[in-house]
Amino acid sequence: MTTTDPRSMSTGDLGKSTSKFKPNLSKRYQLDNIFRALTWLAIFIGLAVLAALIIDTIIDGSSRLRLDFLTSFPSRRAERAGIASSLVGTMWLLLITASVAFPIGVGAGIYLQEFASDNWFTRFVEINVSNLAAVPSIIYGMLGLTIFVQLFSGLTQGRSLLSGGLTLALLILPVIIVATREALKSVPDGLRLAGMALGSTRWQTVWHHVLPQAFPGILTGTILALSRAIGETAPLIVIGAQTFIAFVPNSPFSSFSALPIQIFNWTSRPQAAFHANAAAASVVLLVVLLLMNSTAIYLRNRYQQER
Amino acid sequence: MTDDNGLHQAHHSTELWKPNRAKSKRDEGIVRFVFGAFALLSVFTTFGIIFSLIQETIKFFSQVPFWQFLTDTQWTPLFTNARYGIFVLISATFLTSFIALLVAVPLGLLAAICLSEYAPRKVRAWLKPALELLAGVPTVVFGYFALLFVTPILKDFIPGIQTFNGLSAGLVLGIALLPTIASLSEDAIYAVPSTLRQAAYAVGATKREVVTGVVLRAALSGIVAAIVLGVARAVGETMIVALAAGQNPNLTLDPRVAIQTMTSFIVQVAGGDVAVGTLKYDTLFVVGMTLFFITLTLNVFSYWFVRKYQEKYE
Repeated sequence: MTTTDPRSMSTGDLGKSTSKFKPNLSKRYQLDNIFRALTWLAIFIGLAVLAALIIDTIIDGSSRLRLDFLTSFPSRRAERAGIASSLVGTMWLLLITASVAFPIGVGAGIYLQEFASDNWFTRFVEINVSNLAAVPSIIYGMLGLTIFVQLFSGLTQGRSLLSGGLTLALLILPVIIVATREALKSVPDGLRLAGMALGSTRWQTVWHHVLPQAFPGILTGTILALSRAIGETAPLIVIGAQTFIAFVPNSPFSSFSALPIQIFNWTSRPQAAFHANAAAASVVLLVVLLLMNSTAIYLRNRYQQER
Repeated sequence: MTDDNGLHQAHHSTELWKPNRAKSKRDEGIVRFVFGAFALLSVFTTFGIIFSLIQETIKFFSQVPFWQFLTDTQWTPLFTNARYGIFVLISATFLTSFIALLVAVPLGLLAAICLSEYAPRKVRAWLKPALELLAGVPTVVFGYFALLFVTPILKDFIPGIQTFNGLSAGLVLGIALLPTIASLSEDAIYAVPSTLRQAAYAVGATKREVVTGVVLRAALSGIVAAIVLGVARAVGETMIVALAAGQNPNLTLDPRVAIQTMTSFIVQVAGGDVAVGTLKYDTLFVVGMTLFFITLTLNVFSYWFVRKYQEKYE
């Protein structure tokens, strides 16, 4: 190294690399264009399938989308069957799930984000929450079957709306906890410091100043989680939701059906007439979900603009 | 004038203000305790899952040898001559998940690149909610779509394909996973600092070269985590495969024939009438345990991978 003349070496290297270097821009730009087109194609495929799915279900279900479809009970005759009991069942599940999962999820989120000190236990709970969020929903069904349907059957009356609602609540709890923590994280620390400088306790600061700021974010996360819960089918099948309920459930201890269960049942029958029912019920379910999701997205966009 | 007023009010409120430290502290203690208990509930959920799966699993293995469970090539627990080869169900789950990932990984990754690098701001503001809508479609509706829209189309193109088949289920499952992989990858890509991009542009790279050569590599840990989460979801997904892939436990990798995944077996048995305490009932939980074990392994792997390979930028 030291024996060679550094000047001659560097010029030699430069000369060599210049002669080999071919920018070949036109070819590279061509590849660039192809790549960009591919990324747009990916988006297009996703949206095209979404459109195909929505249009297909609407066309298939259009013949059954009448008011009496909403008010009739399941029947062996497809053209008489309706979704009265399963729609009410879904509403019950939504109510039970929300009233259990919202306070517990938000409370746990506040604890982990605002109160807990950074020790091994907190980290264990955190890992646990993120792991629970990835457990398949059908496994929650087996949890619900063992714990709520069998172990606490005296309390829940077995295969009841309450068992179903509690199972779905456990299912979306991790989602609400994570959403709560994200929303709390985005509140600037100055607010907490200011609150405590005035002599508030931690909880007073959180309750009066931090939580109101984080609330739209928490609400958005909760609504999205709930919309996931009422679209769930697998855990309810394992819990033992019925497919033939000829009454409107009037208490949390009643046996139940739900819209996704009804759709599953009608889809898995061979007769095309029941498929039309499944499509019509899907449209109803999609409308309910669309309302919930767009509320959540609207809340989030408003909240993001304000910040 | 305003000073006077302010002073007066301050004075007034000082008279009213009675600090009640003891009460504040007690409230804080109660809140801490209750919310701490709520956080603990998540730990109990995990224990509850293990508790509910393990009892029947132990009972099952007292009757069926573990080795037979792993190596038998038939799965017929509902027949009188029952055979318990879990590999039959695992292979079916593997097949549908593999097809799904072939669809979801390229499409999801390209969609994430489009959203973060190519789409103009205003278009992006519309595309993201639209993809979220796709993510919000219940899987049972996807199942309907797979069985009654995609399968009839496939029948026109692929001779010998059955009404229930792994291909249709896998393709639709892939579409269902697309938004998950896209949005998680996009988060990872978004976190790559723009200085890296600028440095790459400065040495003469084109946009594609910046994306594939620099951005994707920097975001690799997040993208791998997204894909692993996608695998976990594909393995645990139930309604699409239960409706479109059928209920026939076949040991095959042929995507044209009816198969039965772990999840569809659970649906089939749980949906019927099974008496508690029978071997058939225990089978339900053994399959559940296998499923839980597989997804747990994937989660632990993804957690470890991100920890080890995450690039930190100041």
